Amino acid sequence: MKPRSRGPLAVVAAALLLTASGCAGGSDPLANSPAGGVDEGTLVIGSQQYYSNTIIAEIYAQLLEAAGYDVERDFEIGQREVYASELTNGNIDVFPEYTGALLQYYDPAAGSGTPEEVYEALTESLPEGLTALEPAEATDQNEFVVTPEYAQEHDLVSIGDLAGVDDVVMASSPEFETRPFGPEGLREVYGVEVELQVIDDSGGPLTVNALLDGEVDVTATIYSANPAISEHGLVVLEDPKGLLPSAHLVPVVSDDADDEARAILNEVHSLLSQDELLALNSRSVNEQAAAEVVAREWIEKHSLLD
Amino acid sequence: MNHLSEAVRWLLDAATWSGPTGLGVRTVEHLQYTLVAVLLSAAIALPIGLAIGHFGRGKNVAVAGTGVVRALPTLGLLTLVALFTGLGLTAPMVAFITLAVPSIIAGAYSGVESVDPRVVDAARAQGMNGWQTLLTVQIPLGLPLIIGGIRLAVLQVVGTATIAAYVGAGGLGVPLFLGLRTNDYPLLLAASLVVIALAIVLDGAFDLAQRLIRRLPGFA
Repeated sequence: MKPRSRGPLAVVAAALLLTASGCAGGSDPLANSPAGGVDEGTLVIGSQQYYSNTIIAEIYAQLLEAAGYDVERDFEIGQREVYASELTNGNIDVFPEYTGALLQYYDPAAGSGTPEEVYEALTESLPEGLTALEPAEATDQNEFVVTPEYAQEHDLVSIGDLAGVDDVVMASSPEFETRPFGPEGLREVYGVEVELQVIDDSGGPLTVNALLDGEVDVTATIYSANPAISEHGLVVLEDPKGLLPSAHLVPVVSDDADDEARAILNEVHSLLSQDELLALNSRSVNEQAAAEVVAREWIEKHSLLD
Repeated sequence: MNHLSEAVRWLLDAATWSGPTGLGVRTVEHLQYTLVAVLLSAAIALPIGLAIGHFGRGKNVAVAGTGVVRALPTLGLLTLVALFTGLGLTAPMVAFITLAVPSIIAGAYSGVESVDPRVVDAARAQGMNGWQTLLTVQIPLGLPLIIGGIRLAVLQVVGTATIAAYVGAGGLGVPLFLGLRTNDYPLLLAASLVVIALAIVLDGAFDLAQRLIRRLPGFA
């Protein structure tokens, strides 16, 4: 047998050349998808790569379809960094978003505040052509979560109580260390020192297991709408100084969404209480129901199509 | 804004490589994971592959079995194992070994099989027993293919070892995932370039080893 002498090298070289030429254009490699690929009049609905977000997007899609709109589902497109440019340049018309988190994307210097202040700031910082409709009561925001045993052992009620605890290991996402409410924010606002342990499953089973087994003491990735909190009786630490951005669910739409479509989305969000959101998420996580089933049941429950 | 030139500039900055979470430490971790995973895989896979080649039995089972194992999504396997073993290196190692074993088994039995049967017959006719035939004829003559299997395993693992960062175990996946999540394409690209460089260097080393072996007397 002849050795494959230059094969792998050539492939790698070609890949490097492609990378180089792709970047030499000077623009964001993810932002150059063609505009206008979809018929006028079609509403493109996007969702994050997050089951809960996709359920909300599916509720939008089913209701808009029932109202006679042509709907294209562009679901599960990564995290905000990946899809935001598509939203900004109008390739996506409707997206279920979270007030504080989206604000921090468009205005990294934005502080936190009351939910109303955050919503106000968001409407001001959204790029032209994008509108944030009515936020829901439901939030799905960053929280610091501990087990009841750990809370009892160290007498924890609010985040600041962690300041007296040594060697706090916190489960986080990779990006958490760069966020304003990350380790630096914790130190400045609450005087709390933490050691990060990255578990990159967005508060999924690995994170929950690590918390319950005591491999980590606190998690930053179990969000307020995570069914694991009630299932395991986890303790959400209070945030009296408002370090963590509030994140109420809010539909963000482009100018292609007309008043009737906006009214439909606003009605959905007027019904989305925290319990409703938790019930949707629980149906997905604990019973493995598909997004379209969960969405259809919810629409039927609220008689939105009658 | 040229991501590639920014990435290269970042890589050329000495500060990038130093410190407890610098790229130097991440690169060493990445290499360690790769080497440990491939060594453990070889310890498991070489005896199996050599036995299949030597006895000429079990090849169908091995082909079917390794095919199934190869189809396993590594990230899914990592998550599944980590649910039982918890955090740390165990779960990534199990995932990498699962990835590496099929290539090494395939290389080993192909190598032994590739030896001209007349040469094997001649060895037996001279009175060599099974072990002697394997150790002094089949392995030396099949060595380029056997090493080829290990070479393939190394390449697969060095590229996949980035997912150790998924459970916080370090390696070059740390800067890669961070760059991906924070829209920091130069960081993402820089981490990828280091992985690519490691792959090229390791592959080149194996290429050299295979060439040298061919020159040795008594080897294929």
